[in-house]
Amino acid sequence: MPNYRIHKTEYIDETKRVSFKYDGKTYFGYEGDTLASALLANGIHLVGRSFKYHRPRGIVSCGAEEPNAICQIGSKKDLTEPNVRATELELYEGLEASSQNCWPNVKFDIGGINNFISPLIPAGFYYKTFMWPKSFWKKVYEPLIRLSAGLGKSPTEPDPDIYDHKYVHYDVLVIGGGVSGIIAAKMAAKNNLKTLLVDDKKILGGSTIYQNNESIKIDDKLSSKWLKNEIQEIKKLSNLTIKTRTSIAAYHGYNFLLAKENLTDHLPEEKKKNKIRQRLWKIRAKKVVIATGSIERPLVFNNNDRPGILLSNSINKYLDYYGVTCGENIILFTNNDSAYETSISLHKKGIKNIIVDLRKSASSELIKQAESLGIKIYFNHVVTNTFGYRKINSLEIMKLSEDGNTTVGNKIRLSCDCLGMSGGWTPMVHMHTQSGGKLDFRDEDQVFLPKENSEDQISVGSCNGDFDLENIIDKTVNKINKFLDIDNQDYQDTNIICSKENDKRNIWLLPNKIPLGKTKCFIDFQNDSTAKDIKLALKEGFRSIEHVKRYTTTGMATDQGKLSNMHALGIIADTAGVKMGTLGTTTFRPPFTPLTFGTLVGRNVGKFFEVVRKTSMHEWHLENNAEFENVGQWKRPWYYPKNGENMHDAVQRESKAARDSAGILDASTLGKIDIQGTDASEFLNRVYTNAWSKLAIGKCRYGLMLNEDGMVYDDGVTTRISENHYLMTTTTGGAANVLSKLEDYLQTEWPELDVYLTSVTDHYSTASICGPNSKKILNKLFPNLDLSDENFPHMSFKEDKLKNINCRIMRISFTGELSYEINIESKYGHSLWKMCIEAGKEFNLTPYGTETMHLLRAEKGFIIVGQDTDGTMTPSDLQMDWIVSKKKYDFIGKRSLYRSDTIREDRKQLVGLLTDDPKEILEEGAQIVSDVKSKPIDMLGHVTSSYFSPNLNKSIALAVVRSGKTMKGQKLIIPMENKNINVTVSDTIFLDKENKRLNA
Amino acid sequence: MFLINCPFCGERDQSEFSSGGEAHIVRPKQPTELSDDEWAEYLFMRKNIKGIQFERWNHVHGCRKWFNVVRDTSNDKILSVYKMGEKPPVNYK
Ligand SMILES: [Zn+2]
Repeated sequence: MPNYRIHKTEYIDETKRVSFKYDGKTYFGYEGDTLASALLANGIHLVGRSFKYHRPRGIVSCGAEEPNAICQIGSKKDLTEPNVRATELELYEGLEASSQNCWPNVKFDIGGINNFISPLIPAGFYYKTFMWPKSFWKKVYEPLIRLSAGLGKSPTEPDPDIYDHKYVHYDVLVIGGGVSGIIAAKMAAKNNLKTLLVDDKKILGGSTIYQNNESIKIDDKLSSKWLKNEIQEIKKLSNLTIKTRTSIAAYHGYNFLLAKENLTDHLPEEKKKNKIRQRLWKIRAKKVVIATGSIERPLVFNNNDRPGILLSNSINKYLDYYGVTCGENIILFTNNDSAYETSISLHKKGIKNIIVDLRKSASSELIKQAESLGIKIYFNHVVTNTFGYRKINSLEIMKLSEDGNTTVGNKIRLSCDCLGMSGGWTPMVHMHTQSGGKLDFRDEDQVFLPKENSEDQISVGSCNGDFDLENIIDKTVNKINKFLDIDNQDYQDTNIICSKENDKRNIWLLPNKIPLGKTKCFIDFQNDSTAKDIKLALKEGFRSIEHVKRYTTTGMATDQGKLSNMHALGIIADTAGVKMGTLGTTTFRPPFTPLTFGTLVGRNVGKFFEVVRKTSMHEWHLENNAEFENVGQWKRPWYYPKNGENMHDAVQRESKAARDSAGILDASTLGKIDIQGTDASEFLNRVYTNAWSKLAIGKCRYGLMLNEDGMVYDDGVTTRISENHYLMTTTTGGAANVLSKLEDYLQTEWPELDVYLTSVTDHYSTASICGPNSKKILNKLFPNLDLSDENFPHMSFKEDKLKNINCRIMRISFTGELSYEINIESKYGHSLWKMCIEAGKEFNLTPYGTETMHLLRAEKGFIIVGQDTDGTMTPSDLQMDWIVSKKKYDFIGKRSLYRSDTIREDRKQLVGLLTDDPKEILEEGAQIVSDVKSKPIDMLGHVTSSYFSPNLNKSIALAVVRSGKTMKGQKLIIPMENKNINVTVSDTIFLDKENKRLNA
Repeated sequence: MFLINCPFCGERDQSEFSSGGEAHIVRPKQPTELSDDEWAEYLFMRKNIKGIQFERWNHVHGCRKWFNVVRDTSNDKILSVYKMGEKPPVNYK
């Protein structure tokens, strides 16, 4: 097996060998490697196939910007993870990774054929071709595209890992632990500011930490050595927190930032167990220092995507940090000085290399050094083509014309096994722009730079466009002193020597003798878009960068165009003949690198996903086999199946028992609002449609609440407990919103009213007993209470004691039966319930759930707000005109009841429906029509509630139907998938129209 | 995410608050006297401006109090907070 690890570094522990699997084959690396560095050490460049043309692709970079080395980690159904960048993944024992997007395998695949038919796949190809015929999309195109694209597989089972969230507050947050970030953090922390320094790598130091060129020195030391001392020093600072393996995902307004900390992703399987995998940090910082550095730009030339073509600086890092050379015969193609550092480093380790520099000439310390080492430099030359299928084996260069627009002279063919490219550096302005910052354009080296506009954040170092070390350190120190309003002298006498770059020349799309249409000059490696695509989009009339981006898909892959956006912009500007600075950039959206769902969700999974509210009687319901229904956050018994009953049978039994003898319902979840104050009656007058002033103490009244637009919002019974004290009940789901709405009116519209609202929903538990035998059961529970209709009539309230515990008893009914609601302090709710059940035994007192409750009230035509209403129903639409006071001058929503739209006669109105076949049960939500032959069919309304009534022995339904009020007796049709159901419009009250049962 | 300075509790995270739309819209004292158009003006019409906007916020997961906020919607900076019933600061009109 080839070994490309050619020298020792302090970052690779060669005593700790690590075995891993890549595409099913076992390899070895060392602790300290990334998957990418370990693969390169094994001579592996080819790591995937490109998205559209399925061209072989290799590792390009060494960091977050990697477009090609994207892999799938693991193969377990619950733990596999797609889209992981091999350049960031730390190697661990037992790691299993595979390349993505290369079915059946990376070396031979069917999709490669796209490469030969590529003239047929231009920009917008998917939009243009797959539009026709329409029926082909679902059956032919989409499955084919999905099969050949295959950007990774999602896990199919729940994630077993643990994730965590943490909230923190700091005076200063420093993003990025390179040289400028370290200086900023030290200055802040030493001046008594509570500081957090985060860096996405395993160790601090950025690109300076492996810097070893003799021409770059600080205080007479190699810059890397100097920086190591600084790092040792800041680790001792007590008010500095350092978080490595932590990357900022998003920078929101008010200096609120999200960071992801990787805690176990670098550990072998057995050490990951029972530990938190990733933590989401929610950071509030008074001040933020952005020191995120810059990334190297590729160059755009024909066939610039072959395996073995990397960014020049990445070659340098693989060599000096990981001890791995990317080739043995390397060519560096550059437009700036930084490739010379790579060249010199390679040369010193005995790796043969030459430089192709597109600048006419250049001079600096670094260039002099390279020249004196005898490194061959081709100035004023460009690479025009590369060769080699699975890996580069040679390339062609040509001389540039005077104006740089074309090539001249003869082709020179050079052999190589690796090509490094450097098109200059792009400052990482993501954080700055995410925070709302604007950008300036610097023509000299064609970079977007942060425009300083805020007292709360600042950019320092190369993300601010300062590229040489002297500049970086001097400017960082000055800016941080000013930004933090401190006077730190630590770097006053620091002596920096570095090479200064004097010559610049940038060409976004390099010239070539071959017509552009016949070249493959890739801009976005991951989405396979080329310079030709950009030009085509412009030719077809796209102008805005946002449109060109979407049409060509440039910058829209998982790397979000970190390597491609600048080139796309540059080519658009050149082609359209406009200045690049005036074009603007596309939006930099969070997250900077992909986040796992687990990190975002944190601990809020499974039973912690949502708050669950249970009544005091919950345990009894569980013991008695209840099936539950979620109502808001509440768990409510839905029905109580007995002896293997299904839901229908259970509900039929419960409903019949409630009307034949007695039923009991846990009504604790109904919203309860305690209303007190001298203006309580006036307040109720204003919030309900009916009148309240005359309600006697000890009496109850049903109320309907509207929105200001006249639509029904909530309903419930309110009891007058004393002169200035009411207890309001609301729907279970509406309780919180009703309280908010009432508070809103009280605080903002009627602050003069003396009224106090308190939510007491959780304070009381409620057992509701109904049915002809309910009075007998009540009598057993409250033997001293006079239950006669004279003393305790329907819609009234009494207080009594149950074994010395106070109870509030309301005689109110939602079922149409004689019915009592017993309220008791919640801690006694369970005992109350058990006592009721015990007392009711001889009367077959049957517990019933929400489904039976819904059925019983539907028999009586009582509405459920939110089921029979949907925010577009007025009281009149519900045939409830009787509850709207004509006398009251004003109440919430009154004026809206006679708007031109609310008085229309053809509004949808609540009606009853009876099926012609009494056994046929309608589906809730089903559409209602009068004529199925006319096309399009005129929809008249829909079914809102539907049940089979055991008490009536027939199917009943409530529905909203256009002009329904006038349609009683009319035949309508419910068209279903396989049949049409005939129905007749009826009254909404199906049972006991005379309300005799209330006093049975 | 905003930091909102509740006039009753102090600075809190935005997640504790809910927004209640445009401020200083007074419910008409005599709705019955209004034409459909006048009532619709109160009921439906709200400003949505780029720049300085007066808004109602409720510290719904805190003291439950409603209050007013002056916010520059172009950069989301909250310029001032003041209690219900208080006059808006004059320097932001
Ligand atoms: Zn508050």
